[in-house]
Amino acid sequence: MARIDRQVDARRLLCPLPVIRTQDAATEMQPGEMLCVVATDPGVMNDIPAWCRINGHRVEMIEERADEIIITIKVGGFERD
Amino acid sequence: MQRKAVSLISGGLDSMLATRVIMDQGIHVEGINFYTGFCVEGHTHAIRSKDKAKPKRNNALWVAEQLGIKLHIVDVIEEYKDVLLNPKHGYGQNMNPCLDCKGFMVRKAYEWIQANDFDFIITGEVIGQRPMSQRKDTMPVVARESGAGDRLLRPLCAKSLPPTLPEREDWVDREKLYKFSGRSRKPQMALAEEFGFNDYATPAGGCCFLTDVAYSSKLVDMWQHRSSRDYELDDIMLLKVGRHLRPRAHFKLIVSREEGEGRFLEGYRNQFVYLQACSHPGPLVLLDGEVDADDIQLAARIAARYGQGRDTERVDITVGWPDGRTEQLLVKPMPSDEIIPEWHV
Ligand code: SF4
Repeated sequence: MARIDRQVDARRLLCPLPVIRTQDAATEMQPGEMLCVVATDPGVMNDIPAWCRINGHRVEMIEERADEIIITIKVGGFERD
Repeated sequence: MQRKAVSLISGGLDSMLATRVIMDQGIHVEGINFYTGFCVEGHTHAIRSKDKAKPKRNNALWVAEQLGIKLHIVDVIEEYKDVLLNPKHGYGQNMNPCLDCKGFMVRKAYEWIQANDFDFIITGEVIGQRPMSQRKDTMPVVARESGAGDRLLRPLCAKSLPPTLPEREDWVDREKLYKFSGRSRKPQMALAEEFGFNDYATPAGGCCFLTDVAYSSKLVDMWQHRSSRDYELDDIMLLKVGRHLRPRAHFKLIVSREEGEGRFLEGYRNQFVYLQACSHPGPLVLLDGEVDADDIQLAARIAARYGQGRDTERVDITVGWPDGRTEQLLVKPMPSDEIIPEWHV
């Protein structure tokens, strides 16, 4: 597992708040750094990857553990796929 | 020099069209979306388990992706309170302060373009589309009060309005803009077809819960029974969930209607007194307000009514307090004819 540079706790937040928290963290990070988001709203499974595609970040992994969803993101700028 | 515009993306068709019209003129466009806490996107869909199999997409993100633009989502929950609580131009049909809201969002967008070195703002507004905020006489109000002035361009109805800075400076060709007006959606649908857009969202009513009658009445009820008209994010979230009954002026019950809502309300057990039947399957119920033993007894009988023990003689209810204490109560479910319709908020 790659190192994680920053973690966002978005548990119990409803979309789009987890996306906003992810975005706000990502804007303070450098390209190539790893951001890990922990959330409980299943909406993040759609919204965070969509947000990443739009803004040039890359989802490295999505894990579902009990009631939590853990998304690991490599901060871009990547070009859109 | 390539000019840059930020577009207010709501997730609906109009802002999608307006953005595309401007992109086609060679302008670099990025989207901005404001999250007030009342937006229809997300939420209840995420809460209610019946929708879980098909999680609802966030339309603003979807629109941005279709258009191939970046989207900035901005949390304005705190600042929005003043817009909702003290709207200079009042409310629309329900608790929707649309005109102040538009002015506020354009002002935030204006601050954003100044901070990010963009040239102008676009919105999908159409004259006469909405009774309160999108009238010919209110268009200048939004431009003026937001501070954006003539850096605010509405591509879908620009030709019916005086030329703005981007038009006068030839950043965009006014001739290629539109003069849509009125409530008909036909011109928008035709343009959507021209651009090959399909599957776009068509929200009935407005873009937020404040245009909803049921939601607005719960909000007003909450304010009427509190000493202040303030709110926190949790308050406005809870208004979207469950059945709300107010049997006494000083407290109400929030009764989950299905499993997903129950799970969502569980997260609030450290903030509210809660009730849950343990002898029979039943909803999780939160009590909002200062309650005494009598109130809890009454609430427990109502809670029992909404569980599967409703036709039995006795239901065993667990009462929990935010500090973790619990107690058992044995109650007779309240007959349905004793639950008066006025209790339903
Ligand atoms: S419907 Fe809601 S979000 Fe849309 S302008 Fe009116 S108050 Fe603002």
